Amino acid sequence: MDKEAGKTAIVEYLTKKAKSKSKFYLKDFYEVIPEEKPRDVKNLVNEMVRDGTLEYWSSGSTTMIGLKGTGKQAAAEDEA
Amino acid sequence: MAKHATPLLDQLESGPWPSWVSDIKQEAETRAKNVKGIDYQIPVDVCEDLLGLMELTYVQKRTHWKHGGIVGVFGYGGGVIGRYCDQPQQFPGVAHFHTVRVSQPGGKYYSTKYLKDICTLWELRGSGLTNMHGSTGDIIFIGTTTPQLEEIFFELTHNLNQDLGGSGSNLRTPSDCIGSSRCEYACYDTQALCYAMTMDYQDELHRPAFPYKFKFKFDGCPNCCVASIARSDMSFIGTWKDDIRIDQKAVQAYIGGELKPNAGAHSGRDWGKFDIAKEVLNLCPTKCMRMDGAKLVIDNRECTRCMHCINAMPRALRIGKDTGLSILVGAKAPILDGAQMGSLLVPFIKVEEPYDEIKAVIEGVWDWWMEEGKNRERLGELIKRQGFQKLLEVTNIEAMPQHVQEPRHNPYIFWREDEVEGGFEREITEFRKYHQR
Repeated sequence: MDKEAGKTAIVEYLTKKAKSKSKFYLKDFYEVIPEEKPRDVKNLVNEMVRDGTLEYWSSGSTTMIGLKGTGKQAAAEDEA
Repeated sequence: MAKHATPLLDQLESGPWPSWVSDIKQEAETRAKNVKGIDYQIPVDVCEDLLGLMELTYVQKRTHWKHGGIVGVFGYGGGVIGRYCDQPQQFPGVAHFHTVRVSQPGGKYYSTKYLKDICTLWELRGSGLTNMHGSTGDIIFIGTTTPQLEEIFFELTHNLNQDLGGSGSNLRTPSDCIGSSRCEYACYDTQALCYAMTMDYQDELHRPAFPYKFKFKFDGCPNCCVASIARSDMSFIGTWKDDIRIDQKAVQAYIGGELKPNAGAHSGRDWGKFDIAKEVLNLCPTKCMRMDGAKLVIDNRECTRCMHCINAMPRALRIGKDTGLSILVGAKAPILDGAQMGSLLVPFIKVEEPYDEIKAVIEGVWDWWMEEGKNRERLGELIKRQGFQKLLEVTNIEAMPQHVQEPRHNPYIFWREDEVEGGFEREITEFRKYHQR
């Protein structure tokens, strides 16, 4: 699978799931493009964060990844 | 007059130990007076609001932090941990109270200029509170607001030649002991290896790559001053293959009392005359030492490198000359499955640049863990779940006696079907002729 097709598949997957879930483990992305090696998926996901499609969420111990702008955003964190 | 009354916190200060409450109060006072005329970039009363929030936590016995968030610096997936307070109206100073992890220098060698510089930066753009150091070893800056994060990152990287550390599902900041820079026990140059691994694995350090956290620690000898065997998923512990070097004259000097055992440590009280049998020979875990008349004899084949004798008589006993390191894997603190110590994977490997042999082991382990590890499963838990034998397979390491902790204790060395003549299948009717069901 080429890089652009991989990116499209990831965005489609996250958009489909967006109603129930906004943050995903890195491992969830392996299943979106199962033919790629984990290391390549990791590199692709990180590239998508760099180009602004995705964003990280970190608890400090674990990192999750979601579509940029979905779920609670930094500006709203101090709201109830 | 403090901004918030904190009777419960005040009580904590009455104990015999230095108190973090006193430390925070001191910083609160310094910020309020602002003798240096600092143009504080986050609320001046951040420390007072922190104390107020902590007091409320003690009163209500419930936390008021919301931990985690999407905050970070551009291009990095680690190094910043978002934290927010759920009572921002009452404690506006800590509405945002993010943590920044700063990569510690190798061996934790600081110059006073460096310390002053990072403190000046943190007073200006953060709460002034630090944790020196976190469990992984980083310098921890505690408490700043979102707009300050990129500013702090810029200052650190452009003016202080300093990087952020790891957090989240990343490789965490590798940590090392002082190694051969000052310690005669060092079996390899810990700082060289730690630096090389830090630079080679920058991507893993700054961007999430794994199912969970992963820690490297580099100890120059089995004394394990950075506790790699207990606290790192992959620990690199210096060791040697040949014999412990013995200076028999110095052994006699210890026995005679001319040299103080443990280099004079534990000398706060009178322990009596040094007794080599009681304090060294009988404490050897493998009983591989004995006195043959006036001569100390060590059966080096049986030595497990516990370091006790060398620590007790450092002038008489020295590590061997054929040095390298052992790699142990799977240690972790008790999160899901209880605390685990590292298991020996590679008994001995030479430490030679460009460290390709060591990197081959690391990357073999990572590939397996990235593929098979569950979310939030540490390497040690995966090893328990799938077996140490599986780890040996994926790292192409042959099972060897050193992998067995003790006979019948960890029997993970099994035969595979293709190694057994005739395989595991049997003719059941032939078998039943001789054996009833």
